[in-house]
Order: sequence, then C-alpha cells, then structure tokens
Amino acid sequence: MAGNETNARPRAPHLQVYKWGPAMAVSILHRASGDGLAIVGALMFLWWLGAIAAGPDAYAAFVACVWHDPSPEITLFHQITNILGKVVLVGLTWAFFQHLFSGLRHLILDTGAGYELKTNKLWSVVVIAAGVSATIATWLYIMAGAL
Amino acid sequence: MGDGTQLGKVRGLGSAKHGSHHWLQQRLTALGNILLVGFLFVSLVRLPLGDHGAVLRWAANPLVAVALVLLLVSVFWHLRLGLQVLIEDYVHGPMRLLALVLLNFYVVGGAAYGIFAIARIALAPVTAGPGGM
Repeated sequence: MAGNETNARPRAPHLQVYKWGPAMAVSILHRASGDGLAIVGALMFLWWLGAIAAGPDAYAAFVACVWHDPSPEITLFHQITNILGKVVLVGLTWAFFQHLFSGLRHLILDTGAGYELKTNKLWSVVVIAAGVSATIATWLYIMAGAL
Repeated sequence: MGDGTQLGKVRGLGSAKHGSHHWLQQRLTALGNILLVGFLFVSLVRLPLGDHGAVLRWAANPLVAVALVLLLVSVFWHLRLGLQVLIEDYVHGPMRLLALVLLNFYVVGGAAYGIFAIARIALAPVTAGPGGM
C-alpha cells in the first residue's frame, strides 16, 4: 500500500501554520454539518418514518422521547431525552441551513466565479451568518406557533 | 493511493478514473436534495407533528410518498459520496476498507428501511374512524 514508503515529494505544511479565515471556517463547517446530517439527521428521519408507519402508539412513543412526554410522571430518561431531542433538532436545523447555503456557494464556485480574495471572504461570511439567522428565524417561527 | 511516485506507477496505483463521476454525482444529488429536502423542511415546519393521523395522511398522499422515496434515494446517495470522502481523508490502513464497507451497509440498509416505511404508510389499508380518511 502507498503511504508507508518514504516520499521526497513536496507536501503542504500542516494546518496550524495558517491564520484562520472565513473561507477555512465555512469549508470545515460544510464537512461538519454534512456529516451531522448524514448520520444524526438521516437516523432521526428514519426513526420518524418508522414510527409513522408503525402506528399511533409507536408515534406517540417517538414524540414522548424526542419532544415532550405528556405523562404526569416523566421518567428521568425522558427528562433527559426531551432536552437532548430539542438540542439535536436545533442543531440539525442549523446543519441543514449551513450545508444548504455552503453547498450553494460551492455550486457557484464550481462555475469558476467567486475566487477573488475579497469576494470569497465576503460570501464565506454571508454563508455563516445566513445559516445562523435562518436557524434562529425558523425556531422563532416554531415557538410563535406553539404559543 | 499512488500519488505519482515511481514505485506507485510500477504498481499501477494511479487514479481510479472515477473522480469526475463522483464529483458530478455529488452535484446532481445536491440539486435533488435542494428541491426534496426543501420540500421536507417546509412540510415539517407546517405539519402538526404531534398528530399521528395528520402526519400519516400527509405521508400517504401519493405525490408526497413518491417525493419521500426520491428524497431517500437522493439523500442517501449524496451522503454516501460525502462520508466516503470523509473516510478517505481520515481513516488509513485496513480500517479504511472496513469503514467503507460499513458505510455501504449503512447507506443501502438505511435507504431500504426508509423506503419500506413509506411503502407501509402509503399502501396501508385506510382505517375508518376519527382521523382516518
């Protein structure tokens, strides 16, 4: 296998020598949000679909675990999962918007546009700000509907 | 794998010639995801998610059920390509092969589970009663 033999070819210096910038941040956030969606998001979605298919009781159990347990004496397990569920759902909302906006940026970069230093920096900042803003707007909308 | 060293060339460890295929599939499934996950997101925000009957009626609608099946195919295809690159970047040695095999099990198994769940929802006999159609 390659990778074990010594290699005299030039290598990129390690990441620590670079000063962090918005383009680097949006790049690693694209990977982090994508992986979060791919594992946590996809599994939550499958769990939800399976619960819908399995019937009202299974669906109620899903909601009681992830969102809110309506029973008068809530188990410690559900007290924890009710909080954890909301944290995960807010996190998935952010990951969705971050990956969506960052992905749109990549589709534009694929055309060859947006590589000038100032333009690239500007749109990297816009992507991060838009991801956070859309997440806050979504949950304000959900909470306004719940009240 | 084979970064162009002379030893690598002798061993035939060059490019697998699958790079542009992977790149294009990632973009095409990304376009599918924009439409389909966008639809799912709007639906999730608007649906009364605590009401099983309402969610079931929504998912059993033929157009919605087809969209959800397409979503599963597009999303799991896209996430397979993305997680493959993650594994190739961070997992080395024999563990890489194991990780890639497990990834394929996850993707095929997950998509099959999801599509079968939608088939159960969409093809279930309609129950009469409160909340039923």
